[in-house]
Amino acid sequence: MISLTDVSKSYPGGVTALASVSLEIRRGELVAIVGPSGSGKSTMLNTIGTLDRPSGGTVRIDGYDVSKLSDNQLSALRGTRIGFVFQHFHLAAKVSALDNVADGLLYSGLPLSERRRRARAALDRVGLGHRIDHEPHELSGGERQRVAIARAVAGDPPLVLADEPTGALDSVSGAGVMELLHDLHGSGTTIVIITHDREIAGSLPRQVRMRDGRIVADSAALTGVA
Amino acid sequence: MTAPLAAARMRPRDVMRVGAVGLRTRPMRAFLSALGIAIGIAAMIGVVGISSSSGAELDRQLSALGTNLLTVSSGQTILGEEAKMPVDAEAMIERIGPVQAVSAIGEIPQAKVYRSEQIAAAQTGGLTTYAVRLDLPEVLGATLRSGTWLNAATQTYPAVVLGATTAERLGVSAAGPDAQVVIGGERFTVVGILEPVALASDLDTGALVGWPIAEDVLDYDGHPTTLYTRADETRMEAVRSVLAGTANPEASNEVDISRPSDALAAKQATEQAFTGLLLGVGAVALIVGGVGVANTMVISVLERRSEIGLRRSLGATRGQIRTQFLAESLLLSAMGGAGGVCIGAVVTTGYAVYKGWPTIIPAEATAGGLAATLLIGAVAGLYPAIRASRLSPTEALATP
Ligand SMILES: Nc1ncnc2c1ncn2[C@@H]1O[C@H](COP(=O)(O)OP(=O)(O)OP(=O)(O)O)[C@@H](O)[C@H]1O
Ligand SMILES: [Mg+2]
Repeated sequence: MISLTDVSKSYPGGVTALASVSLEIRRGELVAIVGPSGSGKSTMLNTIGTLDRPSGGTVRIDGYDVSKLSDNQLSALRGTRIGFVFQHFHLAAKVSALDNVADGLLYSGLPLSERRRRARAALDRVGLGHRIDHEPHELSGGERQRVAIARAVAGDPPLVLADEPTGALDSVSGAGVMELLHDLHGSGTTIVIITHDREIAGSLPRQVRMRDGRIVADSAALTGVA
Repeated sequence: MTAPLAAARMRPRDVMRVGAVGLRTRPMRAFLSALGIAIGIAAMIGVVGISSSSGAELDRQLSALGTNLLTVSSGQTILGEEAKMPVDAEAMIERIGPVQAVSAIGEIPQAKVYRSEQIAAAQTGGLTTYAVRLDLPEVLGATLRSGTWLNAATQTYPAVVLGATTAERLGVSAAGPDAQVVIGGERFTVVGILEPVALASDLDTGALVGWPIAEDVLDYDGHPTTLYTRADETRMEAVRSVLAGTANPEASNEVDISRPSDALAAKQATEQAFTGLLLGVGAVALIVGGVGVANTMVISVLERRSEIGLRRSLGATRGQIRTQFLAESLLLSAMGGAGGVCIGAVVTTGYAVYKGWPTIIPAEATAGGLAATLLIGAVAGLYPAIRASRLSPTEALATP
């Protein structure tokens, strides 16, 4: 599903956020990425999500070599194959939960009625079927993150990338969100989660540890899965 | 093994919906920047509309009054004295073939007009007494506001018809046996009051008395000072060329001939030049409105960076982001344009109705205004839209 080969990323000013990272994640995996602040976790996830292009190396997502795709094709790849979950939700204010989720399908070419139908189904899936008319400010933090997850999965993407999805939540809401992601994994979605929470990281089947832009440990390598 | 990827096209309805997001979330700001455009468009529609309506009114007036009137006035001698036309000038002009009708007035400078005997002699008030022929209203298309015109009987009595301005200055509101004024020291009864006379505005400040009574009691010498001539519309130039010689064979160079409808048309031309200037002011207002929209769009893009990043992560292409902000800018200015056309139309209608003119809101001006609006919207939105589309998704998402 994801294949990074010697991927590096440096920013102007001499910051090397990624230094020759190679990583293989297969379809259906649930992976935690851990590491100290500034170690390059977000940079790697954005590179996987094709939001950022690497300075060097090869990134293959679902079989596509990202460096060979145009902006239009990359956008289509993101729209159809990848769902994003952010630490700060990124929900539109003054817009109902239903339409926030339906907006996740805005660029799919589906008509509005179909987008809303799928949005309703996605909200049911995250247990917010009774909150579809609520606007973000009328929802708790945990509920907001569940709306954001519903938006990420409304189009049934095979890959979900989550950058600290529980970072802004208390432990109870965080546990609810993790349960959702586990369910999603159970239904076959490949999931990559950045987390600072040792407990959460420990509960996931595979952990990748980063430091100074390199992968310093990978639990899959120890058990010989990859 | 991998299928080709292509982003789906957005439906026009979705483009509109997304373009309206900024307007919905910040309605006050949208309203104010649309207002800037609206004021510019309203100014332009109003200026064009009012000037067209006034033009239509003039055309209506001219076709009602006719453009075939020629005015012959006695003018001045080489020595600067008031020239005199012969007493039989009217009769001579009547003999010119294409001439249809002639009427005459004679100014009586020594006969001053007062409200009553108590008013000091120095206060003439700019009013003039004229001896008039009975057919004057027909030839000039003049109408009465109150009372009646002079007739064969009243022209021999101390009876007077007042011009519109004269009646106002003297404080005479209606004709009748009680309404009396003093002319040349004699009491005259006001039998009628004229509406303003478009083709002979001198009469508005006149007090009009019958030819016989003027000769009897006001020391009038019987020489006409102005002749009004209606002639065949197609032969105006021919009539004009012989008129001076006919009116005063001895001193044709002293005679002034004018066509009052030309003066009205010339006045309209001056007004049109002024309209051009006002239109320029309106255009400046419109451009200022456009700058307001551009400013709003730049701020909108700055504020909504994280939204842009999110949309990119949801699969929006650069082109779709560009389209979104361009659509927002076009919507903003189109709203302003539509509002401006409405305001301009209401102002024009209100002013025309107040003035009693026919209301004309030219379709070309409306269409041109709306087209200008869309052009401004496109120009104002282009730069912010391109900037929005060039944002890197990760940087956009990183902004709180
Ligand atoms: N746009 C940028 N320009 C310059 N340097 C950047 C930029 N984005 C990230 N960096 C640098 O790259 C390095 C890796 O950043 P990254 O955001 O990937 O860290 P992280 O592991 O996600 O940290 P955290 O856990 O705090 O989110 C950091 O040193 C950061 O300062
Ligand atoms: Mg990070």
